[in-house]
Amino acid sequence: MSAEAPAVATQGAEPSVHHRSAGMPTPLLGMLLFIASEVMFFGGLFAAYFNSRAMHQGAWQPPPPAAPLDILPITLPITIILVTSSVTMQLAVWAIRRGEQQKMRFWLAVTLALGVVFLAGQLYDYSELGFGISDGIFGTTFYTLTGFHGAHVFGGAVGITILLARGMQGQFSQRNHVAVEAISMYWHFVDVVWIALFTTLYILR
Amino acid sequence: MATTTLAPRAGTARRSWVLDWLTTVDHKKIGILYILNSFLFFFAAGILALLIRSELMVPGMQFLDEATYNQAFTMHGTIMIFLFVVPILAGFANYIVPLMLGAPDMAFPRINALSFWLLPLGGGLILSGYLFGGAAAEGWTGYAPLSGPNYSSGPGTDLWLIGLILVGTASILGSVNFIATIFKMRAPGMTLFRMPIFVWTVLVTATLILLATPVLTAGLIALFIDRNYGGSFFEPATGGNPILWQHIFWFFGHPEVYIVILPAMGVVSEVLPVFSRKPLFGYHAFVFATIGIGLLSFSVWAHHMFATGVVFLPFFSFMTALIAVPTGVKMFNWLATLFRGSISLTTPMLFALGFISMFLIGGISGVMLAEPPVDFHLTDTYFVVAHLHYVFFGGSVFGVFAASYYWFPKMFGRRLNEGLGKVHFWLMFIGFNLAFFPMHMLGIQGMPRRIADYSPDAGWTLMNVISTVGAFTIAVSILPFLVNVVATFINGEEVGDDPWEGNTLEWATTSPPPAYNFDRIPPIRSERPVFDLRHKHDREHLAGAPALSTVEAPE
Repeated sequence: MSAEAPAVATQGAEPSVHHRSAGMPTPLLGMLLFIASEVMFFGGLFAAYFNSRAMHQGAWQPPPPAAPLDILPITLPITIILVTSSVTMQLAVWAIRRGEQQKMRFWLAVTLALGVVFLAGQLYDYSELGFGISDGIFGTTFYTLTGFHGAHVFGGAVGITILLARGMQGQFSQRNHVAVEAISMYWHFVDVVWIALFTTLYILR
Repeated sequence: MATTTLAPRAGTARRSWVLDWLTTVDHKKIGILYILNSFLFFFAAGILALLIRSELMVPGMQFLDEATYNQAFTMHGTIMIFLFVVPILAGFANYIVPLMLGAPDMAFPRINALSFWLLPLGGGLILSGYLFGGAAAEGWTGYAPLSGPNYSSGPGTDLWLIGLILVGTASILGSVNFIATIFKMRAPGMTLFRMPIFVWTVLVTATLILLATPVLTAGLIALFIDRNYGGSFFEPATGGNPILWQHIFWFFGHPEVYIVILPAMGVVSEVLPVFSRKPLFGYHAFVFATIGIGLLSFSVWAHHMFATGVVFLPFFSFMTALIAVPTGVKMFNWLATLFRGSISLTTPMLFALGFISMFLIGGISGVMLAEPPVDFHLTDTYFVVAHLHYVFFGGSVFGVFAASYYWFPKMFGRRLNEGLGKVHFWLMFIGFNLAFFPMHMLGIQGMPRRIADYSPDAGWTLMNVISTVGAFTIAVSILPFLVNVVATFINGEEVGDDPWEGNTLEWATTSPPPAYNFDRIPPIRSERPVFDLRHKHDREHLAGAPALSTVEAPE
């Protein structure tokens, strides 16, 4: 990091005052803090869900004639796909930690493809559900929670696309790949949110 | 990010100053932009306050109709809180925190610029409701279902929602930046417990913003979905729950109160030691009290909802009263700092003392409102308005002006005129108490907040007249401040780098500081490195030997 030091160190200064390399890199800390705020954002949405559900009279399920939510044929497969994409993302991180740029690009591309498949599957699921966001409190909470999660998957996919583009230009190396680490953290977070959503919406119903 | 940049534009043609300020990523310039932008919104919201007070001075509708009145108090509250007090304190923090830490800039300078530029955009959107058939008119708390599609159909509320989401995002990004800066950018020797108290308060504030604001964002989005996509979050008819909005809003809204007050407490804790010529009494106690307030602030939100009848009164009442303990610790920190100090009543010191006395009143009325039997009587009356203004204005805004007078010489190398400053203080102090103290009585007599008119038989007229006179006195008090700023820029007293004989690291560099902040950083062995530097020879003399010379910075 010392190469980054701007024109601070003038005459008689203490050596290398800034950008000490000890501990977590600053961009990673920034990403962790941002994820903390995202946890609270989804916490707010989950709280709204549980509050609405606790106050609800009668069965908690989609308004008829729509069928109750089911993990098949769409949701379980795309859940497995998203969890797998977390594994492939980590394989990309491990690759660049060893300096293997080619492998990193491969695993990033796989992760991106899996993310896109997840989004496509979710959109297809939406089209098949038979109820909408304006069909009562069940529809409102369902589409808000899954929709904002989907938006976050989309944001992560954009991030991975940028990583891929930068990786194609050889911008990452064994020592310099903090962006890959940061985006991978975010991707894992989005995955964890989905696991919580899947459990809440489909298992605990 | 990875490339080496050493003075990249050295020797090339200079950019115009307009472009320079529009594209700057320097924390000092961004800080000044924050402060300037916040003052503009302060004046706009202040004019709205004068409209409100003019209308309320005597019974009958004189100046506004009811709809305009509702928009006025909604915009007044929203702008003052979200676009004046919070951002101006963030602006001072932007300017001062990296200097206090001995850092060259914030951790993420470009995100810092983004955080700032979202503010005029968000604030503009909120106010732009006036151009599209009326601004939001549900109060700054935006309670559902009044703010829902059935009762507020115009675009003003939607613009309010979008603007607040942007402003909240700016706050979140800014707090990520502050926390990263504080943990990663401290100069060697600047341990956490040698950080100036202002930095500690900014750290706790940033943590509160980081954890509370996203919850508001979730609520704002939910309301937006209700209004625009037929959602049911807060719509009882389709299974929603309007009380949920209050939970979400106040889960954010109560930490927000401390987001607004903690940095002002930090300012006061910097100003008092300098003008008492003593270290802050009980530094560690103050730090832990600040952390304690931060932790407690997440467990008290429902004291805003006692009257709904659906919250567990003993818990929230107890936790709220508990906050008086760390706050009281701070009161005694400040009083003990003043005790037997060599006090000089400069303008920043006057505003700091004003803060302590007025915030004390606001704190006491807060504890009163924490008691459910009292709150049932006083909820949504002018007593609450009095309380919140004693905390927001008597507390935070006095802190803002203490910071303005204290750090003006740091930012511009010139000191604001002390005579005009004292006129400003006394006018504002008297005007403030005239405007808001009578509201306590009005509240106890039962005058509800957010009403545009009242009966001449209610017996509220005299107090309202006094309050309006006070409001205009506050407005007049701003004039010497503005004259002072302009006159100081034209022909102000140039006072060198360290006019107040400060304690903390921002006074170790030139005033104003160079773009890179520090040529060299003095050794940091306490929370008062500049004091230590100034008095190192005294210490050698006292010790009878040049004991410190072995660890001096090379010169």
